[in-house]
Amino acid sequence: MLTEADQATALRQQVREFLAGHDPAAMPRLDFLRARFDAGLAWVHYPAGLGGQGLPRTFQAAVDAEFAAAGAPDNNPARIGIGLGMAAPTILAYGSEEQKQRWLRPLWTGEEVWCQLFSEPGAGSDLAGLATRAVQMKGDGVGGGDGWRASGQKVWTSIAHVARWGLLLARTDPDVPKHAGLTYFGLDMTQPGVEVRPLRQLTGEAEFNEVFLTDAVVPDTDRIGGIGEGWRVAQATLMNERIAIGGGAMPREGGMAGLAAAAWRAHPEARTPGLHDRLIRLWADAEVARLAGARLRQQLAAGTPGPEGSAAKIVFARLNQELSAFELELAGAAGLTYDDWTLRRPQSLSFFGRGPGYRYLRSRGNSIEGGTSEILRNIIAERVLGLPTEPRVDTKVAWKDLPR
Amino acid sequence: MSTVTGSGERPPGTPRGPEAPFLRHGASAATESTEGTRRAGAIPDLRYSDAEEQLRAVVRDLLADRSPLTAVLARVDAGEADDVPLWRALAADLGCAGLLIDESHGGAGASYREAAVVAEETGKAAACVPYLTSAVMATTALLGTGDGELLGGLASGRLTAALAVGFASMPPAPGAGPGSWPVRIGPADDGDAPGVVRLSGTVTGVAGALAADVLLVPGDGVPLRLYAVDTTGAGVTRVPLVSLDATRPLADVTLDRAPGRPVASGADAARAVAAALTAGAGVLASELFGVAEQCLAMTISYVKERKQFARPVGSFQALKHRLADVWVAVTQARAAARYAAACLATGDPDTPVAVALAKAAAGDAAVLAAQECVQLHGGIGFTWEHPAHLLLKRAKSASMALGTPDRHRAALAALVDLPPPGG
Repeated sequence: MLTEADQATALRQQVREFLAGHDPAAMPRLDFLRARFDAGLAWVHYPAGLGGQGLPRTFQAAVDAEFAAAGAPDNNPARIGIGLGMAAPTILAYGSEEQKQRWLRPLWTGEEVWCQLFSEPGAGSDLAGLATRAVQMKGDGVGGGDGWRASGQKVWTSIAHVARWGLLLARTDPDVPKHAGLTYFGLDMTQPGVEVRPLRQLTGEAEFNEVFLTDAVVPDTDRIGGIGEGWRVAQATLMNERIAIGGGAMPREGGMAGLAAAAWRAHPEARTPGLHDRLIRLWADAEVARLAGARLRQQLAAGTPGPEGSAAKIVFARLNQELSAFELELAGAAGLTYDDWTLRRPQSLSFFGRGPGYRYLRSRGNSIEGGTSEILRNIIAERVLGLPTEPRVDTKVAWKDLPR
Repeated sequence: MSTVTGSGERPPGTPRGPEAPFLRHGASAATESTEGTRRAGAIPDLRYSDAEEQLRAVVRDLLADRSPLTAVLARVDAGEADDVPLWRALAADLGCAGLLIDESHGGAGASYREAAVVAEETGKAAACVPYLTSAVMATTALLGTGDGELLGGLASGRLTAALAVGFASMPPAPGAGPGSWPVRIGPADDGDAPGVVRLSGTVTGVAGALAADVLLVPGDGVPLRLYAVDTTGAGVTRVPLVSLDATRPLADVTLDRAPGRPVASGADAARAVAAALTAGAGVLASELFGVAEQCLAMTISYVKERKQFARPVGSFQALKHRLADVWVAVTQARAAARYAAACLATGDPDTPVAVALAKAAAGDAAVLAAQECVQLHGGIGFTWEHPAHLLLKRAKSASMALGTPDRHRAALAALVDLPPPGG
C-alpha cells in the first residue's frame, strides 16, 4: 500500500508526464482540458473514465498546483462553479451511466455551463412546496422518445443566461405529500420553452435571473434519479452546495479576511481600537473556519457530504458579511461611494473584482442563498443534533390540498 | 500499557520534545513566526487517528467508571478536590503521565496530539486530576532539560510536578526575554548539596501545586534558572485558595529559604518555561473543547426529555437555533484545538499562532456552551445539585487561565502583523 506522500508524488509525476505529451502553450485550450479529463487528471476523486482515478479528494490540490506551475489553462472554475460544485456530484451520485458519460466531461471543461432551477417565488425556504409542474408525455421527448413537459417559474437562478443545462426540480405528482411528488431533471436551457429574464438585485447588477418554463421539453433520458425521488436527489445537490459555498480550500488570508487585513495594513490612519478588536476577532474566526473547512474536507476525503457542511456555510456567511462591513467602514470617505449601479449581467461570479461597497451589499445574500442561515440551523438541530421537529401541518397532506 | 504507546504512530523523523523548533524562542523566532503566518502550506491531519481514538476510549472508560459528574460534585462538597486514586490510575496504570516522555525515560513516546485527546476527556468529566499541570506543563518544562531522574519519576506516575507560575499567566511571545519572577535566589546553607540554592518568595494562584511532589520554580535573576523544589522539604508552604473552579484547586506557594536544585539555566530555562506555558495553553484548548462538547451533549439530551406545553422543549425553534449555534462553535473550536495539538506535536513554526487561535476559540466556545447549558436547563440548571455548574466553572476558569481569549487575540494580532492603532 502506498503512503499518502508516495501517492502524491506519483500523481505529480503523472501530471508531468501528461504535460510532456500535451504542451499547453502549443494546443487549443479546450483540447488540452479534454485531454486532461481523459487522462483522469481533472478531479482525481472521481471514478476512472469520468475524469478521475478514484483517489481521496485531498490529492486534488497537488494536481492543480502542478498544472498551475506549468502555466496550463484551467477550466475557469469561477464561471462553472455550480456545475462543478453541485451538478457534477449530483450526476455522479444519481445519474445513469449514459448521463455521466454525456454530461460530466463538457461540464468539467466548461463547454457546458450548468445552473440550478430550484427556488421559486412561492418556494424559498420551503423548497419542497414548489409548484413547477412536469407532466409525463408519451412520445413527447427528443426524437420521438418518451419525455416530459415542464411549466412554471424559477427564481434566484445564478448564471442562467449563459447556462446550457439546468438542474430542474419539478412536481410530477401533486396528489401525494409534497416531498414525495418531486422529480429531478437535467433541462436543456437553449430550447424555446425556456425564457430567462434578468433579476436585478440590490447590488444593481443582475447576477440572478428569473426563468420561465412554458411546456419546456425534457426527454426521459434526462431524468436524474427515479420518478418521485427528486427530494432525495436535491438533498445531494444542496449538501454539496453548502460545501461549495462554505468549505472551499484556501490559504490563510485567502478570502475576505485577506482583503480586510490588507486594508488595515495599508491604512494606519483609519485605525481605531474598536475596529482593531473587530478585525482580530474576525481574522481569528476566519482562520479557525478555514481550519474547520480543512478538517471537513479531510473527513470527506472518501465520503459524501453530510449536514456538517451547514456549519461551514453559516460561518462563511457571517464572516463575509462582517468582514465586508469592516472593510467598508475602514474605507472612510470612499466608503460613501459605490463603483457602479448600472444593470449588468456578469458572465461569472466574482466577489473580489469590485469595490468594498459591492462586497458589503453582495454578502447580504450569503445568508439567504443556498439555504438561509435559519434553515441551516434547523437542519443542524434536527439532522445533526437529533432534536425533535416542530409540529407540522404540511407533511402528510397531498401537495394540491396545502394552503398557498 | 500498550494502548497509549503512540510511538508507532509517529512518522519517523518527526521532531518532538526537546528538538521541537517552537521551543527555540531565540533571536530568529520573530522572523520564523512571520514566515509561518504567511505560508499557504498544507494543513496537518486534524482528524483523530485510530490510536488516538483507542486512547480516548480507555481514558473515557476510566473516567466514566471512577469519576462521573455526580462523584465530582460529592468530592467538591467534601473539599477533597484532588482525586488521588483517579490520578494514580490515569497517570500510572494507563500511562497518561508519560505520554510526552520518551521511552528511554519510561514514557510512551507519544505526542501532544495524544496528550490533547486525554485533555478532551478530562475536560468532559471535569476530572479532579493534575493532568494538565503535571503531565503537560511541568513535563514539557522538563523535556528540554533532559533531567532523567525527574522525567522517569513523572513517567512512572511516582512523582507529580507543577510549574510554580500563576495559572492566569499568558505564554510569553516568541522571542520575549526571560521575564521577572517573584521568587528570589539566596545562598545555600552549609551542608547543602553542590548547586543547591535557597529560594524565597510567594507565587500566587498556582494550579496543581497541592497535588505536586515537586515544584519547578523559576528563580528571578540573570541568568534565569529553573529549580526543582521538593514540596515536602523545609520552607515550602502551600495555602489553598477558594478557586472559582473547585475541580482544579489553586494555591499560593510560599518558599522561605526552601532548597532548590537547578534543572535548567539561562536560555534553556526561559525556553522551558515558555514551552510549558505554550503547550499548557494549547492542550488546555483541547480540554476546553471537551468541556464544550460535554455541555452541548448534556443540553441536547435534556431538551429532548424535558416537556413543557405538551412538547419536548427541544422542538422549539428558539432553543434549536441556539443549540445549532453552540454546535457550530464547538465544531470550529475542535478544528482549532486539533491544529494547535498537531503544531505542538511537530514543533511547527506556526505553533504560537495555532495556540493563540485555539485558546481563544475553544475558550469562547466552552463558555458559550456552558452558559447555554445552564440557561437551557432552566431552573434545575441553576441548582447546586445539578452538575452543570461544575462545567460552567471549569469552562470560565479554564478560558481565563493561561491567557484569556482577549489576551490571545492580542498576541495573535502581533504575530500576524495586524498592529493596533498607533502600532
